[in-house]
Amino acid sequence: MKNFFKFIIFFVIFSFFSFNSIAAEQSHKLLEPGWSFKGFFGKFDRAQLQRGYQVYTEVCAACHSMKYLSYRNLSQPGGPEFSEQQAKIIASQFEITDGPNSDGEMFTRPGRLSDKFVGPYTNEQAATAANGGAYPPDMSVLVKARKGGADYIYSVLMGYEDPPSGITLDDGVYYNKYMPGNKIKMSQPLMPGAVEYIDGTETSEEQMAKDVVAFLAWAAEPHLEARHKIGFRAIIYLFIITVLVYFSMKKLWSRIESKV
Amino acid sequence: MEEDKKTNRRDFIFTASYALGAVGVGAAVWPLIDQMNPDASVKALASTEVDVSGVERGQSITVLWRGKPVFIRRRTEEEIAKAKDVKLEDLPHPETDEERAKNPEWLVMLGVCTHLGCVPLGDKGEYGGWFCPCHGSHYDTSGRIRKGPAPTNMEVPKYEFVNSNTIKIG
Amino acid sequence: MSDHEYTPKSKLGKWFNDRLPLLTLSNHLQEYPTPKNLNYWWTFGGILTFCLITQIVTGLILAMHYVASADLAFGSVEHIMRDVNYGWLMRYVHANGASMFFLAVYIHIFRSLYYGSYKSPREVIWIIGMIIYFLMMATAFMGYVLPWGQMSFWGATVITNLFSAIPFVGESVTNWLWGGYAVDNPTLTRFYSLHYLFPFLIFGLVILHIWALHVPGNNNPIGIDIKKPSKDTVPFHPYIVIKDLFALLIFLIVFAFFVFYSPNILGHADNYIEANPLVTPAHIVPEWYLLPFYAILRSIPDKLFGVIAMFAAIFVLVILPWLDTSKVRSAIFRPLYKQFYWFLVADVLILGYVGAMPAEGLYLLVARVATAYYFLHFLVILPVLGAKEKTLDIPLSLTEPILGGSPNEAMVKKNKEI
Repeated sequence: MKNFFKFIIFFVIFSFFSFNSIAAEQSHKLLEPGWSFKGFFGKFDRAQLQRGYQVYTEVCAACHSMKYLSYRNLSQPGGPEFSEQQAKIIASQFEITDGPNSDGEMFTRPGRLSDKFVGPYTNEQAATAANGGAYPPDMSVLVKARKGGADYIYSVLMGYEDPPSGITLDDGVYYNKYMPGNKIKMSQPLMPGAVEYIDGTETSEEQMAKDVVAFLAWAAEPHLEARHKIGFRAIIYLFIITVLVYFSMKKLWSRIESKV
Repeated sequence: MEEDKKTNRRDFIFTASYALGAVGVGAAVWPLIDQMNPDASVKALASTEVDVSGVERGQSITVLWRGKPVFIRRRTEEEIAKAKDVKLEDLPHPETDEERAKNPEWLVMLGVCTHLGCVPLGDKGEYGGWFCPCHGSHYDTSGRIRKGPAPTNMEVPKYEFVNSNTIKIG
Repeated sequence: MSDHEYTPKSKLGKWFNDRLPLLTLSNHLQEYPTPKNLNYWWTFGGILTFCLITQIVTGLILAMHYVASADLAFGSVEHIMRDVNYGWLMRYVHANGASMFFLAVYIHIFRSLYYGSYKSPREVIWIIGMIIYFLMMATAFMGYVLPWGQMSFWGATVITNLFSAIPFVGESVTNWLWGGYAVDNPTLTRFYSLHYLFPFLIFGLVILHIWALHVPGNNNPIGIDIKKPSKDTVPFHPYIVIKDLFALLIFLIVFAFFVFYSPNILGHADNYIEANPLVTPAHIVPEWYLLPFYAILRSIPDKLFGVIAMFAAIFVLVILPWLDTSKVRSAIFRPLYKQFYWFLVADVLILGYVGAMPAEGLYLLVARVATAYYFLHFLVILPVLGAKEKTLDIPLSLTEPILGGSPNEAMVKKNKEI
């Protein structure tokens, strides 16, 4: 039994060590507004994701693509869960270039559920050129692609400030408290009242930032809810079978003059 | 007595471990199998719309739907008549032409031979319909099997006319 | 395998067994006499077998959906994560499985170091193990390239550039590795091919590793030779099987926490940015399990010697059975070695830590000291200890009390043969 505890302690230390070494080194402490999808039973807030999608389409989508998402994702379980009909309507508002048709020509048609999100630019170069030399990154996995994840994106959205004295900024460059290097080429995207929520939620900067970041977190990890659910069951199962196997082992080894 | 109880308890813990273990292995194996099923992006492409405005009588087009060819034929009066004339008892897989083509002018079916999945050739075979070159199955102008190893008629997928020029398959 | 003769009971079994002695093999594996005093550190062999099989199975599945092409690889990984049924689970098990595999292999190696399992007559087991370890690192490295994120690309660039340190032919070798003038599509496709192949090589070596183990039998915490079978041993099945299973389940709980609740914590955020040959990430860090070697590489200011030091760090492990000249196996009876053992553990952890930090200032200094100590341990301390250390009294068998005086005769004799 003594050995058994040593064994457990080792794992705890290892896990602690690995978590810590990664959490280290961060200049400004990130804002932590608290997310519904964190923790063992973490789930997305459907209404929040729907609002977040609205902020994304009305504000972010002017520059940022989300090329790995499809309109059908908007109605899939674990996401914003728009009804299939709503998702169809959303998709049909976008124009998709399809083809070539039998005459060999490309044509446009309204979007369908199976289509990928339409981006604002045809390619990366066009996007870079239109944004003063800074490519607005694709947002499909943005939350996973930044250290600090959702907290980081939220902090950047909320981190616009007047530059401290002594720092001069070029045209088209803005001061942001949380951006590495404090310089960002995106102007403050969220102004109070930038969108009008259908459900009447107040459109303060914090609220919109939280909503859109929750939406991006879902977009980066669309199966998070399933993962949490399956994981919880798997771990409960493992605990039970471990206990059973432990007693089976004790029973078996009781025949031997030796301890396990 | 005492001894009996002991064995029982031991048996119970072993049986419980085995049973629960089997459940766990089963649950862990399912994702390994299910991952080969059609994925979400494939399922989303379940239907397709086809513009048939350019198809003349006596012509057919082939479109791809769910990875398989679909024959869309605008039949001539002669072909329709031929298909309707056949007696049901002459058919290995009895189906009337009305059942297969709701609008008799248009025949829409999966262009896959029901024998082993080859694509039959059009305007060929002894019945003026289709002929499968792989193993010699003959289909009539309604896509019904008449001769050869294929067991059933070529399948008619679910489809509808969205308007007079567009067919939605699936 | 010097087991007693085994004859199957059934006639059919005998007929088959005479032609292919699979039943003899199965009987051997079940009856295999194992020291009964093995502690939980010995369960990692079984855990590692499980890890290898898990990696092969999930890898096989990922290969069904992955596209090895510089243009499509990143998107195909997203396709796996979003669309494929349970694709996210397969990928997270595979990615975290690599880390768990290395965690287990490090425990396995350090167990061997502590209890002297690499010493005569088990040198071949040890060397095969080191080849497996080396192949594991190569496999893991190439696997990390496949998602074609920023870390994949730049990790591949940095590691393949190591070979450019080779005098005269360096450039030709790197171009040959890349199939071009930089890491690009040809590099990706060949890494994919080799990443698929290597696990099967490892699998073959694991069979040899176990075969080589079954000739002398297991070492044990006391480190003495025991008679097999005897009252000091138990049959592998069911006693060791169930103990391994119990340990595996505990291991799986930890594994599950990573997969389900922090699947990306051991990875690097930059790898979710698609590879871009024009932009290097702020600092390039390999996966945690390669960090000690990375630290050794960076601690040497010369390119060629850095590479040599890194490979030498692995090579000293291969020749370890001949560097450690002590006749006593287990650290339990080697008070001085025990101290140095823990110094080495700390040293490797420190190397791992500084490997993750920028190579400058204090970090660089610490890395240099730790690197020097690493080689000092193997090349100086171990040989000297073997000659000078006063070891404790060793029991004759697991059950008998400690006898005074020197290690038992049989062992001394064996050790002289080295």
